[in-house]
Amino acid sequence: MTTFPERLKALHSRSPERVAIYLKFSGRDDLLITYEQLLRGASAYARVLAREGIQPGEVVVLILQHDEDLIFSFVGAVLHGAIPSIMPFLTEKLSPERYRADLSALISVTKPAAIVTYPQFETEVRAAIKDGDSVRSVIVADRVEPQARINVDELAGFTRRPEDIILLQHSSGTTGLQKGVALSHRSVFNQLDAYGTSLSLSEDDVIVSWLPLYHDMGLIAGFLMPILSGVPLVLMSPFDWVRAPYKLLQAVSKYHGTLTWLPNFAYNFCAQKIRDRHIEGVDLSSWRSVINCSEPVRWESHQAFYERFKNHGLRLEALQTSYAMAENVFGVTQSQLGSIPAVEEIDREAFMSERLAKDPFDGRPSMKMMSSGRPLENVKVKIIDEDGSDVSERVIGEIAIQSDCMLTGYYNRPDLTEKAFRNGWHLTGDYGYMNNGEVFVSGRKKDMIIVGGKNVYPQDLEALTYEVAGVHSGRSVAFGLFDEAQGTEEVVIISEVDSENPNEHQRIADAIRQHVTKNSAIALRYVKVVGPKWILKTSSGKTARSANKEKLLREIMEDQRT
Amino acid sequence: MSDVITQLAAFVKTTILKQPNRAIEPGEPLISSGLIDSFSLMDLALFVEDTFGVRIEDTELNAGTFDNLNQLASLIEARKV
Repeated sequence: MTTFPERLKALHSRSPERVAIYLKFSGRDDLLITYEQLLRGASAYARVLAREGIQPGEVVVLILQHDEDLIFSFVGAVLHGAIPSIMPFLTEKLSPERYRADLSALISVTKPAAIVTYPQFETEVRAAIKDGDSVRSVIVADRVEPQARINVDELAGFTRRPEDIILLQHSSGTTGLQKGVALSHRSVFNQLDAYGTSLSLSEDDVIVSWLPLYHDMGLIAGFLMPILSGVPLVLMSPFDWVRAPYKLLQAVSKYHGTLTWLPNFAYNFCAQKIRDRHIEGVDLSSWRSVINCSEPVRWESHQAFYERFKNHGLRLEALQTSYAMAENVFGVTQSQLGSIPAVEEIDREAFMSERLAKDPFDGRPSMKMMSSGRPLENVKVKIIDEDGSDVSERVIGEIAIQSDCMLTGYYNRPDLTEKAFRNGWHLTGDYGYMNNGEVFVSGRKKDMIIVGGKNVYPQDLEALTYEVAGVHSGRSVAFGLFDEAQGTEEVVIISEVDSENPNEHQRIADAIRQHVTKNSAIALRYVKVVGPKWILKTSSGKTARSANKEKLLREIMEDQRT
Repeated sequence: MSDVITQLAAFVKTTILKQPNRAIEPGEPLISSGLIDSFSLMDLALFVEDTFGVRIEDTELNAGTFDNLNQLASLIEARKV
């Protein structure tokens, strides 16, 4: 069994001048990083960590944008034997106060020994550190010079064992930041072996990605898998992609990209927002797979994407699906490359009320379910009911998984780790069913909202609304509402206030929209302020998100009838 | 209020914010306030291009180029030939 430093060293000694990463920037030439440059840049960070007295096994938080410092400091932390964890960088719409609070929350649970950031952000980072905190060193990125000479064997990372933790991965928001998924070298390599097999990954592949590295899909499929498999990676920034999605297609065309991972909404986004003039001459025929992952997969999104780009060499069988989660490093299932994922038409009512995937009856409303493929060779998947018993094929239940690439635990949170397992199976919190050995994911048990591939905890958003004048604690409810055109969920917030005055409702709705967006970096699509006694509560006084969602949908339908 | 601003305001409140009855002041910050997120910014740029025949490059999609309807309307006027 190998470790990250050993694998990197082996790839480097075989072909030091091979390009590991083509790093793309807006308005600047692409930066080519060879394995030699990767090792030099990374070992410079490893040395700084050693000089600062950071011990192997300690956590290093990286607060950097999409650039070579992020790449070098991540790999450098691993080469030093430390545990890197990427925190999203502050964006222009997030308030600095909230960012500081999130960072403090991360520090209090994860207890990092060091933080790496930019000089202009150093003051902000220091402001989040309190007396007695674990952080002993703030490392400023521009003071780290690449090494002229590398002696990898001096690096402490080579003493790490396969069972040691290699990295932490967090979801966003106050809740997510307190739940770092800790993964071992062994789990990462078991995942890369199994997932690589399912993709028939080879050194002829070229992976093109715009995904952020603080998310499992970007970190594993769009970063670690290529650099640890000797597969070139073309990496662009998520901020550039969202403003110019056509650049992804241009990059595929230019570098003959073969593999890309996208969350479902990105298929709709690209299909709707890319102009012909931006993709003149773009050839997508090298794309052997575009893998839909991290949000519920939609057949309609694949169709829209295919129709938009089929004249640019895109093949329908290139559109694939996967079901993945950070707790399993990444992939749990993968559809069969080269053939079109199975799509089943099922009866909508049986799905809703009987929790069954049945063939549609004549004339009754049906819905299309697209398969996420079969479990990877090292993963077992089963569907269980509330009591934990196995259910039959086509019965919807909770998806439970077992593999040799599971998380070591939620870092410093044995309580959460214990809850995530039952009799040796990881309870995913996702609902779905199996048919002919394929997994169909249908929804979530937990209330988490997935907006644009990003996991959002509704309780975080609800808590923010209570900070708005006029809104009382416990009287807001947040949930996701699927938007067909966008191919993703949109966030809805309903807040109850004392006033019945519509003008006052509008004023508070605006205030909620601004406050929540500034403090969560999540744009709200619908904000509804209502008078007393609108929101439904459970008998224990908790807000029932699904009941309130149904009530809102009923009201909208009634409005449309009148 | 100019015709351009009226059209922009209608698009922002109906299509982006989905609050057709909301008022948007011409000087109200849209991007720096978080009212319009990056996904919707793209929609606004496409609307401007289709409606007024004026291009906004992707590198310009930030609060530095325009942050309210007055500034966006001036930018549109300046680029109209």
